[in-house]
Amino acid sequence: MTTSEASASPPAVRIRGVRKSFGRLEVLRGINLEVWPGEVVCLIGPSGSGKSTLLRCVNHLEKVDGGRIEVDGELVGYRRKGDKVYELKDREICRKREQIGMVFQQFNLFPHMTVLGNVVEAPVRLGKMRQREAEAAGRELLARVGLAEKESAYPRQLSGGQQQRVAIARALAMRPRLMLFDEPTSALDPELVGDVLAVMGDLARDGMTMIVVTHEMGFAREVADRVVFMDQGRLVEQGHPSEILERPSHERTQAFLRRVL
Amino acid sequence: MPEADRTTSLDDGNVAGDPRGHGDDVRAVPLRHPGRWVASALVLVVAVAVASSLVTNERFQWDVVGEYFFSSAILSGLWTTLWLTAVSMTIAVVLGIIIALMRLSPNPVLKGGANLYTWFFRGTPLLVQLIFLFNISALYPVLTVGVPFGPKFFDIPANDILTPALVAIIGLSLNEAAYMAEIVRGGINSVEHGQTEAAQALGLRRSVIMRRIVLPQAIRVILPPTGNETISMLKYTSLISVIAMPELLYSAQVIYSRTYETIPLLMVASLWYLIVTSVLTLGQTYLERRTSRHRRTTETFAGGLLRRLRPHDTRVTAGRERP
Repeated sequence: MTTSEASASPPAVRIRGVRKSFGRLEVLRGINLEVWPGEVVCLIGPSGSGKSTLLRCVNHLEKVDGGRIEVDGELVGYRRKGDKVYELKDREICRKREQIGMVFQQFNLFPHMTVLGNVVEAPVRLGKMRQREAEAAGRELLARVGLAEKESAYPRQLSGGQQQRVAIARALAMRPRLMLFDEPTSALDPELVGDVLAVMGDLARDGMTMIVVTHEMGFAREVADRVVFMDQGRLVEQGHPSEILERPSHERTQAFLRRVL
Repeated sequence: MPEADRTTSLDDGNVAGDPRGHGDDVRAVPLRHPGRWVASALVLVVAVAVASSLVTNERFQWDVVGEYFFSSAILSGLWTTLWLTAVSMTIAVVLGIIIALMRLSPNPVLKGGANLYTWFFRGTPLLVQLIFLFNISALYPVLTVGVPFGPKFFDIPANDILTPALVAIIGLSLNEAAYMAEIVRGGINSVEHGQTEAAQALGLRRSVIMRRIVLPQAIRVILPPTGNETISMLKYTSLISVIAMPELLYSAQVIYSRTYETIPLLMVASLWYLIVTSVLTLGQTYLERRTSRHRRTTETFAGGLLRRLRPHDTRVTAGRERP
């Protein structure tokens, strides 16, 4: 277990006994994990190990079949009343999701909106900011990801790396307290990966709490506070990057790292 | 082919001896398509034959066509056709979106109801539906307003409110809604699920996601077939003639049943249908251009036609970019 567990603040994310199946396929078989405020946790593991599903459960894009997930001490997608747990309404789930930014492998920018339009859409629609205010904040975010001059371009006019940086700016526009990254560089040409990872590294240094599903071991080694190895729906081992990536104690971790490094 | 020998020289030996000094800049003769020219000639012959018959066959009675073309009976019929199309199509689009959303709903009862609706209206001919509706008073002589299985408020004889115009609007829009529902559903399904997920992750609500993210993208897929449906609708309004509502065709029929100038009056109606459908097609093209702004290709119709007819410019520059 990590040293930060001793710190006074409650965990940003607490995952307890989470189970999830797709039909007969058991994707998550009882996952326990805590993520502390300001911590960067990289989830690694072979494809099909359940890491993306776990990430998607954190903002309730997938419903868990069992166990519970709390973000900032509140259940995600459910409400406890007495000893029963009720599923939340769309409106209430949305309020929770506002605090959780997510970046997808396929960027999923809105193709019918400009870059700036993508960034301001959520804050304006959700009444967080006026249009002009949101645009000013959006321009700042675009400058932060190095795309200040692209604000009026449409997504299809950008490279994959640029699109993914816009997606990060779009997620940040809601001022989330937690960022989820689902294989953010897996769909990119190798020479474009670096820019995206650099933006993510900056974000981590600024103290953002991040859960990153990734195959980029270099990023995990340099930026992550903790690396979590998952296999077949189970959390196999976790620890400091140097520990997990260089001296993995578990045989399955060793086998996986031999393949990817 | 001597010409080919002169201009196509992809191997080095010929390039070196090229008298015009092209260097390694070679000029390929495009592939010829003799079949295209033969086919074009055939089409032209048929077109000329049709045109000459239009001019020389006196039984078209073009003078009669001219006489009735702007007559008040025809123009009022045309007006009826136009507003009937507009009203029915508008109702059909709204109803179609509702039915499409029902079909996409996770609620099995809504989904089943929408499926049943589509099944019925697509499975029976529009003409039969119209005649059926026109005779609905035989089935339900009295229409009652009230709570189902509960108290009645008042009764109306069906014949009093079901005028031909109302029957026409109800019949055309109910039928068209079934087709529009399929078009809208296809459009919504064409938008990647990742778009919805990205919007959900931002905290947007379902209704906002549908309105701001999904429908604007679906519209590109929905619009072209909707234009076609509008054009079809315009033509389907001619079926209303069977219930004696004076739209364009029925107005023409009324005149020729009196004067026996059947062919010229059918020409009058057909020409008006053609004019309106042409205008609608132009409008459709314009709208499609506007909605696809974020992925526009600019090509005029004539330019595109020429490009497709002509062999491509296939001058090849070996080894370096042509300036």
